[in-house]
Amino acid sequence: MLMIKCPWCGEREQIEFSAGGEAHIARPEKPDELTDEEWGSYIYVRKNPKGVHYERWVHSHGCGKWFNAVRHTVSDIFWDVYKIGEEPPFVPEGWDGTETRDDYNARLSAGTVTVTGAGAGTGETK
Amino acid sequence: MTKYSIFSLIRNALSYHENWQKAWRSPDPKPEYDVVIVGGGGHGLATAYYLAKECGITNIAVIEKGWLGGGNTGRNTTIVRSNYLWDESAALYDHSVKLWETMSQDLNYNVMFSQRGLLHLAHNVHDMQEIGRRGHAIYLNGIDSEFLSPAQVKEMVPFINLNCRYPVMGALLQRRGGTARHDAVAWGYARACDEMGVDIIQNCEVKGFKIDAGVVRGVETSRGFIGAKKVGVVTAGHSSVMAEMAGFRMPLESFPLQAFVSEPLKPAIDVVVMSNAIHAYISQSDKGELVIGGSGDPYISYSQRGSFDQIEHVAGPVVELYPIFSRVRMMRQWGGITDVTVDRSPIITKTPVENLYFNCGWGTGGFKATPGSGRVFAHSLANGEMHPIAAPFAMDRFYSGALIDEAAAAAVAH
Repeated sequence: MLMIKCPWCGEREQIEFSAGGEAHIARPEKPDELTDEEWGSYIYVRKNPKGVHYERWVHSHGCGKWFNAVRHTVSDIFWDVYKIGEEPPFVPEGWDGTETRDDYNARLSAGTVTVTGAGAGTGETK
Repeated sequence: MTKYSIFSLIRNALSYHENWQKAWRSPDPKPEYDVVIVGGGGHGLATAYYLAKECGITNIAVIEKGWLGGGNTGRNTTIVRSNYLWDESAALYDHSVKLWETMSQDLNYNVMFSQRGLLHLAHNVHDMQEIGRRGHAIYLNGIDSEFLSPAQVKEMVPFINLNCRYPVMGALLQRRGGTARHDAVAWGYARACDEMGVDIIQNCEVKGFKIDAGVVRGVETSRGFIGAKKVGVVTAGHSSVMAEMAGFRMPLESFPLQAFVSEPLKPAIDVVVMSNAIHAYISQSDKGELVIGGSGDPYISYSQRGSFDQIEHVAGPVVELYPIFSRVRMMRQWGGITDVTVDRSPIITKTPVENLYFNCGWGTGGFKATPGSGRVFAHSLANGEMHPIAAPFAMDRFYSGALIDEAAAAAVAH
């Protein structure tokens, strides 16, 4: 069973949650001025990445609160969860989704991982 | 290429089956093709087949990341039907069913298409209204559909438990629906394509597209650059990934959908029985295994596994409806990645990149459409204009609002 950490209730089984799809899609401020393409894209078009996915969940059979999460869509391993309104956590480019954030950071501090590129750093929440 | 027949079978039996030819070659990619098809599943191979057979284009490569039919073509529950609500869908899926009916003869390959009939159970008033509306709409489109009473359902499936938690109130029957052998479809198309000169290139992953001034020139692959005048992308669950490489996004989300097969049993159930309300569908393969499927996972994933709770979600209703199967052991379970659109209808379309075409969004029910999808996509690729049956399924429907909402007919059961 996939375990998901609700920011309020802690770690629970996935069946307590409902997925809410891609996060951080802002409703257009002036819908009247959108073209059909822009409006259709806002409603239907999604990133649907094979990799790091910023997404919404709701703890529907728990506290009922919405929150955001970062998950790797190949392994389904979560990098982090964060409350609505909080800044999305920084995910290093070197994280390939095969290990949890704690394991990744442990390897990083042990010096057994070489991180390059824009994501070079501690992997801590920015 | 040797024609498969009873005589070739006898001849080869006499030589201990040691002289069968390979069904298709494994050529090195040429520098350029007229058409490159990305994705060697059923739909991609069917596209190449119809391009070569009906459109006079044989300088084609089918490029496959893994092995032929190793994606959703080999991961579905092999159900074929055309009882869809809307005119556009009825035209597309029934075009397919008609091609299924002659496919084994056309390909000289037994795809074991079995029109054993297909039941949609109704468990509540809403279900009855849904099958009533859909059944009549289908009938008006010239597709066979019959309404059955619970007693008639019991006659077809004697051990069904009609008075279960959600009692069976009736059913919609399509007698022309049924199943086919999924691997044979991929292999049959591959063999027929190869015979017409199509290069089938396996273990070759597309890494990117070469696009000059908005026109596609070829694909970058793990085996180097392959030039192409036209490119057709038929990559199911990975369509969003391919679109991202080409510089645009699609109205798609990818979800795992899992299925199960049981240990082989003696013949028990000779129709396909589906139920949208309780999310389970079942048929029996020619080997005797029960093939069982349900609904997809609720969150985006490319994991090709499927989540644990779905197993219970599917097994529960199956045991409730068919108590006789309660002691049957499941032998295998697997997941495929389905590319789902919001209206549960496919996308067969031109793209912002010239000469680059996408055929995707078949979601949880693409297998049944394999030949029809391939044929209309082939004609669209060859002519540069979308085939009339494919035209309503273009991507611009998400901007115009002309959605083809098949959620009731297509969202669950395949």
